[in-house]
Amino acid sequence: MYTIALKMLTEDKAKFIGMILSLSFSTIIIIQQMATFMGTMRRTYSTISDTPQAEIWVMNPSVKMIDDINPIRSIDLWRVRSIEGVQWAMPFYLGKIRAKLLNGQFQLCNLYGIDSATFVGAPHTMIEGRVEDLRKPFSIIVNQIGAEEMLAQDMGPDKPKRPLSVGDTLELNDRRATVVGICEVTRTFLSQPVIYTTFERAQYYSPFERKQLSFIMAHAADGVSAKEVCKRIDSITHLKAYTKEEFENKTVFYYLTKTGLPINFGIAVLLGILIGVAITGQIFFNFTSDNLQYYSLFNAMGASHFTLAKITLLQGVWVAFLGWGIGAGLASFLGFATRNTQLAFYMPWALFLGSGILIFTTCVVFSLISINRIFKIQLGTMFK
Amino acid sequence: MNTETIVCKQIKKSFQAGDKTIEVLHSIDLIAHEKEMIMLMGPSGSGKTTLISIIGGLLNADSGECTVLGENINQLPEEVKTTFRGMNVGFLFQHLMLIPTLTALENAVIPLLCLGKNRKESLEKAAHFLEKVGLGDKLQKKPSQLSGGEQQRVALVRSFVHGPKIILCDEPTSFLDLERGKKIMDILKDAEETNATIIVVTHDPRILDYADRIVRIEDGMIVHGS
Repeated sequence: MYTIALKMLTEDKAKFIGMILSLSFSTIIIIQQMATFMGTMRRTYSTISDTPQAEIWVMNPSVKMIDDINPIRSIDLWRVRSIEGVQWAMPFYLGKIRAKLLNGQFQLCNLYGIDSATFVGAPHTMIEGRVEDLRKPFSIIVNQIGAEEMLAQDMGPDKPKRPLSVGDTLELNDRRATVVGICEVTRTFLSQPVIYTTFERAQYYSPFERKQLSFIMAHAADGVSAKEVCKRIDSITHLKAYTKEEFENKTVFYYLTKTGLPINFGIAVLLGILIGVAITGQIFFNFTSDNLQYYSLFNAMGASHFTLAKITLLQGVWVAFLGWGIGAGLASFLGFATRNTQLAFYMPWALFLGSGILIFTTCVVFSLISINRIFKIQLGTMFK
Repeated sequence: MNTETIVCKQIKKSFQAGDKTIEVLHSIDLIAHEKEMIMLMGPSGSGKTTLISIIGGLLNADSGECTVLGENINQLPEEVKTTFRGMNVGFLFQHLMLIPTLTALENAVIPLLCLGKNRKESLEKAAHFLEKVGLGDKLQKKPSQLSGGEQQRVALVRSFVHGPKIILCDEPTSFLDLERGKKIMDILKDAEETNATIIVVTHDPRILDYADRIVRIEDGMIVHGS
């Protein structure tokens, strides 16, 4: 009986393909919109996620997120280091700086200053050069996207730009900086180039401020949880310490609550979901309506309501499985194909699970609605 | 006389059409026996279809008693009635109701699968009957690839493939020429030999010779042959 039910579904090729395509389309919309939103949100804390060594981030209590910098005193670094349970603590400079390009144009960049002895906070993937080269005078490391796009040198009209490479020089706040390496880090929220240098040199390049320690990156000692160390730092120094995950969440929370991003994206995501669900429901509902007479035939020939319900559910689940599978596959391919572009595409397994649950629930709900109609079939009209 | 299979007593049925109540059957009495083919005749709207719908358990009578194979079919709970219908009644609808996306064999096997019979054995049985009615080479054809007569034969096989005791047919020959109509009736007559009771609603005078009894209904009442 179930084979017959599936054949009824699949042999009506136009409708079946229509259903599968609409479900795949819905799945793609849902996954693509959500993945883009999540990818964008992920970029808001790329500085934190690209610094996996730092288990704990210490900052001024007024800081609301990673780019909201309110520097603390240099002595706070020693105060944090002195707290029991802190294995190590390193300074981290984070600021914006204008880079003057060879053609005279300016480009705003993110400047990261890391500890020159340990290089804690250094980029984890070097494409060219070595992190240790930061010990050379006036040295900087530039991220690949920045080097290839915004910091690339203009070679004249109709000529392709030349990416910034090792050995090239830039001016940062009227001071010379030599590129000693190209690294790979996550694209930032505003796609601005990322420049790594030592903590001391970052202070040298950046305009003078009385306090220049943006953050302290720390690590908990063995046997002590990062959360516990954060509590100790908070109570003793009256600074604010977060675990890496907490600080990432705090940054995302800021963007979610203080910017229009979630509303604008949310509307797109919601529309995607609604359109997908509506198309799916409509097509599946039409399919069942068209087959209502055959369900009544089954009922007349001895198939119980329970059997008919199982048939309809099977058809719904099968359509959902194929549609979601194709859609998720295409969305994954889309994500893979655009992995090194400006598109922010982040697809955790939970997104697949969530979209799957949504698509399956839609199909099951519309199957149940259809079943309700099947149960109301008037067999008395069959001979008419 | 063979065993009584259908006993309808004082069957009444009316339908609501807006504010009006239209009484379709007025105290119908009908008895049918094993191995009997009854032709139910009468003008359109006389209640023939309503009567076979009640006998087949597709419709409930307003009053009266319809006993089919010893069961008062109107009184059976819905799920029991569905199973009873599946096991004991075969239907041949005027518009055939073949499922266009399924092959002739798959269409014919439906009653067996509805009863939860083994798929392989059911397909073999349906194929055997289709071969018997001359469709052995058309098992995998879809209804749209079959002629009208062939479609009628597929629907006919579907009506008796599960060996029902009652077969209810609505205008089985109305769209067929004389030769094809006779072929259909020959097959039905063969089915009757398996102790089935066959009730045929028809307007077709060409097939009356096949009837063991002709019952005429007019205005919801049996005027001849009850």
